[in-house]
Amino acid sequence: MTSGTAGDTTAKTWLPHVLMGAGILYFLVPLLWVVIAATKSQPDLLDSPALWFADFNLLENIEQLFHEDGGVYGGWLVNTALYSGLSALGATALAAAAGYGLARFTFLGKRFFETALLGMIMVPATALVLPTYLILSELDLVNTMWAVVLPSLLSPFGAYLVRVYVDESVPAELIDAARIDRASELRIFWQIVLPMMRPALVTVFLFTLVATWNNYFLPLVMLSDADLYPLTVGLTTWFNTAQQDAGNRMLFNLVVTGSLLAIVPLVIAFVLLQRFWRSGAAAGALK
Amino acid sequence: MTRSSPITAPAADDLPPSPRPVEHRPRRKPRRVTEHPVAGALFVLPFFLVVVAFLVVPLGYAFWLSLSSKSLALGTRFTGIGNYVRAFTDPVLLDGLLRVVLFGLVQIPVMLGIALAGALTLDAVTTRFALAFRLIAFMPYAVPAVVGALMWGFLYSRTFGPFADLPTLVGGDPIDFFSSSLLLVSLGNIVTWAWTGYNMIILYSALQGVPREMYEAAVIDGATPVQIALRVKVPAIRQAISLAVIFTVIGTMQFFTEPQIMARFAPQVSAGYTPNLYAYNQAFAYSDFNYSAALSFALGFLVFVVAYAFVFVSRRRGARS
Repeated sequence: MTSGTAGDTTAKTWLPHVLMGAGILYFLVPLLWVVIAATKSQPDLLDSPALWFADFNLLENIEQLFHEDGGVYGGWLVNTALYSGLSALGATALAAAAGYGLARFTFLGKRFFETALLGMIMVPATALVLPTYLILSELDLVNTMWAVVLPSLLSPFGAYLVRVYVDESVPAELIDAARIDRASELRIFWQIVLPMMRPALVTVFLFTLVATWNNYFLPLVMLSDADLYPLTVGLTTWFNTAQQDAGNRMLFNLVVTGSLLAIVPLVIAFVLLQRFWRSGAAAGALK
Repeated sequence: MTRSSPITAPAADDLPPSPRPVEHRPRRKPRRVTEHPVAGALFVLPFFLVVVAFLVVPLGYAFWLSLSSKSLALGTRFTGIGNYVRAFTDPVLLDGLLRVVLFGLVQIPVMLGIALAGALTLDAVTTRFALAFRLIAFMPYAVPAVVGALMWGFLYSRTFGPFADLPTLVGGDPIDFFSSSLLLVSLGNIVTWAWTGYNMIILYSALQGVPREMYEAAVIDGATPVQIALRVKVPAIRQAISLAVIFTVIGTMQFFTEPQIMARFAPQVSAGYTPNLYAYNQAFAYSDFNYSAALSFALGFLVFVVAYAFVFVSRRRGARS
């Protein structure tokens, strides 16, 4: 609000609040549905009202979820965390070093590389997946975790973000002063620059983490062994089975409960880390 | 929709080259302060290697593969641009391309329009309710596209969802969200649900960076909040808006996950429903890797050119005004 008393405020803002209320309802309904549906047994899932509770069956669903197919769901959960954690760590480390190198050094080909970096951001990721699959299959690397982790290390945007951030927030004079004190380049990077770019690094880490956690196309193409699947690919295979069996086996309730458990960690992380998302958005300096 | 590029985007101008004058220092002091070409290159090297291995080489390999064809009778032989001629005369691909373009022409303005309205509202209204709205609108971004598509698939279906049977309460016919006439709308809703909040946060962050002085005078002159929003704030974040458009276009052209999941609910989602789905099926259903490589390369190139042209045009426009 720009001005005025509290009464003034309520009088002027009822319309935006009604619209925001409608928005909250729209964004929340599917999430509410999955929470409610995860508490239902398969028969209740089919027969009871969709947006209200029936018999509380959540704990049985979770127990069954982790036992179905020899407990493969737990493996998918671990795989997802492992792939996205490794990818995010690696991509952030690469972006940190490259962003610093581009912002505070000059070397042959730097300008060309910086121009190319902007172009790389525009290359659609999925166009790279099939060719990468063909190359990795020549190298016998498909159907391993590296086929998912290594291509996920590529984050031109991350390098770009760090570069912009270093330019604005890490004074060149500070680095020069450390050089006069005869600190090694590696030590300057590790002890001075890295702590200063923490906000940008958290942002890059979170983006890569979410992108890999939610990725479907890459693991779908790269992996054929069910034990290696992340949650996204695993849940769709269960869903296919559930569709084909037309409800003979208790699988729909597991797909729903499995979906819920797949999104809970990220939603919690989002709510807790919201300020980093916004600071990341601001760090890109859209001015 | 798949999207790899996160929230923010390149700034308005090209990266300014940091001018580092070469320093002339006496010989006995060998450590120059501002230029360390070897160290700098070493910092960039690991990233550069990943770029080569997972961007340059795959694109090159795809292009090389796309120049030959494989058949049982003739084996692998060089066919030049044959695969590209085939692609751009392939009615399945052209159908899919047209479908995605039509989809984008409707879905992108609707989604970004809502996102912009939401961002302007958040910028003007700072109640706790607005805070809750901001948080909840962003939540779908944390939901994997697969799970989002599955959830909406369930919600659309007559057996699981509450919506399809709503018209029967007043004596109407149930809605078939998977019918040919509604399928694109149903898909559009899934994408809108997933990405509106994300775009809203980008635009909201850009609005937060607009200096208050820019519209203080307008406030004193008695301009309404809506006038200020449309005449001052929207032009001030034009750059952020066009970047949101670019990244949404890039994401839409790669449309894959939602239609692929929806195919389980709606059998008319064919192997060539979107170009990316077609490229995938050429490789994994028909084992035609050469044609698939050509499709991937052509699609990537097309997206790249469209995105770059858009950046170029919006920059020139920005420079003129």
